[in-house]
Amino acid sequence: MDDLYRDMIVDRYKNPRMKKALDSYEYRYEDHNPLCGDQMIVYLHTDESGKIVEAGFEGEGCAISQASADLLLESLVGKTVDDVKGITKDDILEMLGIELGPVRLKCALLSLKVTKAAIYGLDSLEEELH
Amino acid sequence: MPGANKDWSGIQNDFPILQQMHEGNRVVYLDSGATSLRPLSVLSAMEGYFNEYNANIHRGIYRYAEQATEAYESARARIAEFINAESARSIIFTRNTTESVNLVAFSYGRKFLQAGDVILCTEMEHHANMVPWQVLAEEKGLQLEYVPVTEDGLLDQRRFQDLLGLKPKLVAVTHMSNVLGTINPLGKMIADAHQAGALVLVDAAQSAAHMKLDLKKLNPDFLAFSAHKMCGPTGIGVLYGREALLEKMPPFLTGGDMIREVHLDSFTMNDLPHKFEAGTPAIAEAIGFAAAIDYLDNLGMEAIQDHEMHLTAYALGKVDSIPGMRILGPSIEERGGLLGFTLEDAHPHDVAQILDAEGVAVRAGHHCAMPVHERYGIPASTRASFYLYNTRDDVDRLFQGLEKVQKLFG
Repeated sequence: MDDLYRDMIVDRYKNPRMKKALDSYEYRYEDHNPLCGDQMIVYLHTDESGKIVEAGFEGEGCAISQASADLLLESLVGKTVDDVKGITKDDILEMLGIELGPVRLKCALLSLKVTKAAIYGLDSLEEELH
Repeated sequence: MPGANKDWSGIQNDFPILQQMHEGNRVVYLDSGATSLRPLSVLSAMEGYFNEYNANIHRGIYRYAEQATEAYESARARIAEFINAESARSIIFTRNTTESVNLVAFSYGRKFLQAGDVILCTEMEHHANMVPWQVLAEEKGLQLEYVPVTEDGLLDQRRFQDLLGLKPKLVAVTHMSNVLGTINPLGKMIADAHQAGALVLVDAAQSAAHMKLDLKKLNPDFLAFSAHKMCGPTGIGVLYGREALLEKMPPFLTGGDMIREVHLDSFTMNDLPHKFEAGTPAIAEAIGFAAAIDYLDNLGMEAIQDHEMHLTAYALGKVDSIPGMRILGPSIEERGGLLGFTLEDAHPHDVAQILDAEGVAVRAGHHCAMPVHERYGIPASTRASFYLYNTRDDVDRLFQGLEKVQKLFG
């Protein structure tokens, strides 16, 4: 348990770095975690070359979903939107540094799902969750 | 009160699952609002059917078939007696409360409700007593209205009276909220609804397990509940319906057992209650359900309710020890034995996860009641629900777990 709620995760939950709406953005998507109704909005601001220069998210959720969103979006700044395609479930788990059961995995992957939907639309998503 | 002197701590011995340990401690099960645990007597009754007289019911001539039919129909009679229903014929076996509500919406609603008719529902309903009416309203052009919930978790009775002025054809209302714990004053509400010309369907999924239901007193037109929340098996529930109504309603599912005669171009229907029970029913589960009712009756529903209210009061007395803990729903006089709550600093999923690590099982999420969460501006809540096998020690363990949550997140 103390592994799951590592200081880093609780800190990201309480003091998120990336939790903000962007005024100007090229990509925005909003979705819900069907398990609990938690809501998440992801914003990405890119330059002409497709490089992500600013990222942010809004919404409510558990520590796992909020920390993973914060970590993911922080890691995206400086990457291109094409790079996002290559990000997998394992990358998220590695960032969080924990193992999760199938129910909480949905919480952890919500931000990746919403980010990919923002860039590529909904179709490419379901595989992320399985 | 037959169960008043019962040694409640000994009750745990009746439940095999409560003998299991988690890291040296008993698991504390506080999710009976979702599904209860089942005592050995229920499991044995079901095993008895499988091992001693396994057969399909109603048409077999051999001894097992007769014995199984007798046990299945006795279960129906036992349930009718338990809730003081007008007759065994008024008890329809379904899969669960949800199916019972859907049966009424499908059968009564499609036949007897017309465009422009008003259905009155409430903001505190479980999705199971809301979505079937939304679907029906959409399909038939009905007007669906909701009785609002007050800030302290009660149905707004003044608004209810106003809405009765719309002359609703049907009022669909829960006896006890699965999120707020509110026990609604149905005696008066049903009488008033009848006065206004409405039928009343009661969702008793939460209440049937925890209090004495007397249908002759309560006087609903339909009432639905599930075995699995009251020490019985999953897969079986009940729809009580006034016989005169059930008689004129068309069948829900069709096929075997619900018919009397079938020809290539027509069929005639079987009598109540079989008209609504197409196909092989949940035979073992009906037998287990009757055993569950025997178990509850032996303890006494009043004694069970009393026990749960003591636990609830004990828990409410500890709330102040957890900073930022907010209890949903009304004061103890108007609630049953469950506590829905939020913590200021921690999300319900995290609360439930940390409690799980402490061996305490609670539920987190919207509990299939999103509108009532919206009403209070929260996305989700955590719920601890008490039943006859819970103890003060369980409540202590819950609050020890919450202290741990507070330590991590506070």
